[in-house]
Amino acid sequence: MTQYGFHFDGTRCTGCKTCVLACKDKNDLANDINFRNIHEYGGGDWTQDAAGCWTNDAFVYHVSVACNHCDKPICMANCPQGAISKDEETGEVKSDPETCIGCGTCMNSCPYGAPKVDAEQMKSVKCNMCADRVAAGAQPICVEACPLRALDFGDIADLRAKYGDLSEIAPLPAASETEPNLVITAPVNGKPVDDKSGALLNPREIL
Amino acid sequence: MTNHEKTSVSRRTFVKGSALAGLGAAAMGTASLFGCAPAAESTGELADTGEAVADTIVWTHCAVNCGSCCALQCHVQDGEIKYVESDNTGSAELGEPQLRACLRGRSIRRWLQSPDRLNKPLKRVGKRGEGKFEEISWEEALDTIASEMKRIRETYGDEAMTSHYSSGVCQGQVQANPVKRLLNLTGGFLNYYGSYSSAHISAAGTYTYGGGTYGSSFLTIQPGQLVVLFGDSPADTRMGGGGHTHDFAYIRETTDCRVITIDPRMTDTTCGQGGEWIPIRPGTDGALCAALAYEIINNGWADEEFLHTYCVGYDEETLPESAKGKNASYKDYILGTGPDATPKTPAWAAAITLIPEQRIIDLAREMHESDPVYIGQGYGPQRRANGEITARAIMVLPQLLGQIGKPGMNDGRREGCASVGLGMLPTGENPVTTNIPTFEWPNAILHGEELTALNAGVQGADKMSSSIKFIWNYAGNCLTNQHSDINLTHDILADESLVEFIVTSEVFMTDSAKYSDIIIPDLTSQEQISISSDGYSDNMIAVIFGAPVYEPKFERRGIYEVCADLAERLGVGDEFTEGKTREDWLREIYDEARTANAEKGMDMPTWDEGYAMGVWKMKPEPIVKLADFVEDPVANALPTPSGKIEIYSETLAGFEATWELAEDEVVTALPIYDPGFLGYEACTEEYPLQITGFHYKAHTHSSYANNEVIQTAAQHVAWVNPVDAEARGIKDGDTIRVFNDCGEIRIEAKVTPRVIPGNVSIPQGMWHDADMAGDRVDHGGCINTLTKYRPTPLAKANPQHSNIGQIAKA
Repeated sequence: MTQYGFHFDGTRCTGCKTCVLACKDKNDLANDINFRNIHEYGGGDWTQDAAGCWTNDAFVYHVSVACNHCDKPICMANCPQGAISKDEETGEVKSDPETCIGCGTCMNSCPYGAPKVDAEQMKSVKCNMCADRVAAGAQPICVEACPLRALDFGDIADLRAKYGDLSEIAPLPAASETEPNLVITAPVNGKPVDDKSGALLNPREIL
Repeated sequence: MTNHEKTSVSRRTFVKGSALAGLGAAAMGTASLFGCAPAAESTGELADTGEAVADTIVWTHCAVNCGSCCALQCHVQDGEIKYVESDNTGSAELGEPQLRACLRGRSIRRWLQSPDRLNKPLKRVGKRGEGKFEEISWEEALDTIASEMKRIRETYGDEAMTSHYSSGVCQGQVQANPVKRLLNLTGGFLNYYGSYSSAHISAAGTYTYGGGTYGSSFLTIQPGQLVVLFGDSPADTRMGGGGHTHDFAYIRETTDCRVITIDPRMTDTTCGQGGEWIPIRPGTDGALCAALAYEIINNGWADEEFLHTYCVGYDEETLPESAKGKNASYKDYILGTGPDATPKTPAWAAAITLIPEQRIIDLAREMHESDPVYIGQGYGPQRRANGEITARAIMVLPQLLGQIGKPGMNDGRREGCASVGLGMLPTGENPVTTNIPTFEWPNAILHGEELTALNAGVQGADKMSSSIKFIWNYAGNCLTNQHSDINLTHDILADESLVEFIVTSEVFMTDSAKYSDIIIPDLTSQEQISISSDGYSDNMIAVIFGAPVYEPKFERRGIYEVCADLAERLGVGDEFTEGKTREDWLREIYDEARTANAEKGMDMPTWDEGYAMGVWKMKPEPIVKLADFVEDPVANALPTPSGKIEIYSETLAGFEATWELAEDEVVTALPIYDPGFLGYEACTEEYPLQITGFHYKAHTHSSYANNEVIQTAAQHVAWVNPVDAEARGIKDGDTIRVFNDCGEIRIEAKVTPRVIPGNVSIPQGMWHDADMAGDRVDHGGCINTLTKYRPTPLAKANPQHSNIGQIAKA
């Protein structure tokens, strides 16, 4: 088996959300469901000096994340129907629509918020690493869409050899929770996973 | 045979057994990751579903005025787009040109398929601006338009006719040109110059360098050097993957240059990519520049040899005769030996810009120490009441430092761009020479006969001879939404005794379209044959060869064919078409560019080859602006009156002496700091905040702003600093009122450290949504409900970011 995964380059990402919209178009997602999300993380304070001038230590960076097809998928562990499995060939974490009852346990379990419940079908839906495209030799549509080439996809072993071992950063969860198949190149001003100096600045855009 | 059937579609669209076969072929350089690519191609089945699907892949291009133009590969089944891919030809490595569409182009399917599209000609039945229409036949629509064109021209003369400024869903080589061609063939129309985008910097470029708004390419930036950008964010304003956002990302990564952006907002160009953001109070860039100049001159860092060789007006020695002996030089102004007797010290500027004094001192030193240093500006600083003079003030910095004409340097204008040089559908000769600033059109409606060269920048004539009585608004939302002071403009347009007839060609019922007497349903560029160049880019020139993605639906018709029908009715049918179809014109335009470029050694494909490729692109040499002038300033003199860079402009001194200007309107020979009207000094207890707009990813101006799928992913919110929010009890996510003397909008607050206190930043372009017969409160959150209608002193352009107001929890 080859375990596939994503690489995200935080030094290139501008938070433009092209990856999000390319995915929504390809998968014809409802407006209120994203398979990939851009997290805008930041913080900092503003201080006015005696002359009235402002100084600040504001910082902001973006993190693009979808399903990480984890080695220890907590969605799979918690699914009451046993509907979620890992593909033996690719490591894709996938839900069997025949078995899924749309209860939302996976959605509520996943610390990345990857699975969603499609209200119309009452089924769990999420990123399938564009299995059809990848089988045809293309990259997932989000990867091919990024105007700044900030995403990559492939054998996670190759990605780690190329980009390193970082797989957690604020505001994402600790990698130990699910062992995601994600490699991150930290933004220049990236903060460690347990950082408390900032906050998610776009909570209503995370769908 | 219809035009569409005559196009080359059949030669370049292709049906594959599977969508995936096309993908496999397109993903050049990508190994088959799952090792089973050929299976999909040979079986014609989707690997994961087993469902047989036949896709037709049709190349076309996005077509809005973002500054980029990206390729789209539409996967079409049964006459509908299923999903969209972009340019995946060639290498996918950063630095290699691919015209990758941004989030907007990627969402075009739902926008094209929207149930809100205009499908039939409409006739106004209520009062103008009420938005009440009924469907009519094309016959009736065209008869009415033709007879009104004739009647109004005969009654009021040729200058009463206009083709309104527009930049909507029409990018390509046709745009509004059929309308202009038709107007020209029937007597001409009132011209306009300048745009809502860059009229001020365009004027600044004219009086400083002899013309032009663009400087050197980002791609000339050298390893480790300093880059200083005033109000320029390629990640926000040039988002296409073939555009400057890509070029800048590439050059940052490969040169490790140090980037400083000076902006009221922390833009998307200065987030995780590194670099430093210096927040500045909106509209005060000129004061910062003056203080930087003070430090440069006072510390002996000014490149006197450069200034004496290439520039006019730096010091007494280089002033023109007319200005000598008056302490009228730039150096005098900066050092306080000029008429205002105020040294422009960093402490002086700190109080104006709200940038700490020491940071200004350090910035000047950093600019001096970096050789080369790239100093540029976007269109934000100039889109203000003091925009022209601010743009000129920024341009002085590289002149003082002698940082012009070599790789890594820029002349203070916007980043450079290469062009393939595709022409436009010819409009013919306009018998009318009168030319007014674009932004003057409401004045030209209200009292056109009073507008002159001296009070309104009229060119081509001393004055206008009539007011505007006929407007053709082709693919534009600048009647209201993208203009200024919507409440005022509503009243002007709703008065049917002023403009007597307005026709709009559109794809959606925009706010502007509501003010039409007749609306005709247009086809988008994707629904017609359309070629386009790639927009603003450093590292590529390209042509996208677009075929109609599907046959026209409903009663939508292309503007060329519509104008040809009208030309027939007006007796100029043969002159209009010259026997050519839209495709014939485009072929001619393409062939002309191909021939001209072949003489420069560029090998462009034939039309048919291009259509087989979908997109043709090449990497040009990066532009080092003014290199030839710096090399030999005599042989390659600039097209300014002096032939040199004009820090002091005698032309502007002449305007100052002769133009009719209000007390708070400054046109002057030197690029001094002028706060302009409605700057921060204008703030009051009632309106203590500045309100500025910005270009936002969720729409290009107002194009795509009605595409809900983007708006939910990138929300329309007003940026409010926590300092201002807390003082008013506003929390992140609250709906707030933003209001001033022009009107009131409702919008959600984004409480963020990414904006300087005292300034509320609102994305421009959201659709106005107000009960204009009632309270006029704009629930759409269109910033132009709040922007003042008052032309700027020099360019007579839009002071779009010069606003004051207040916010409160709704």
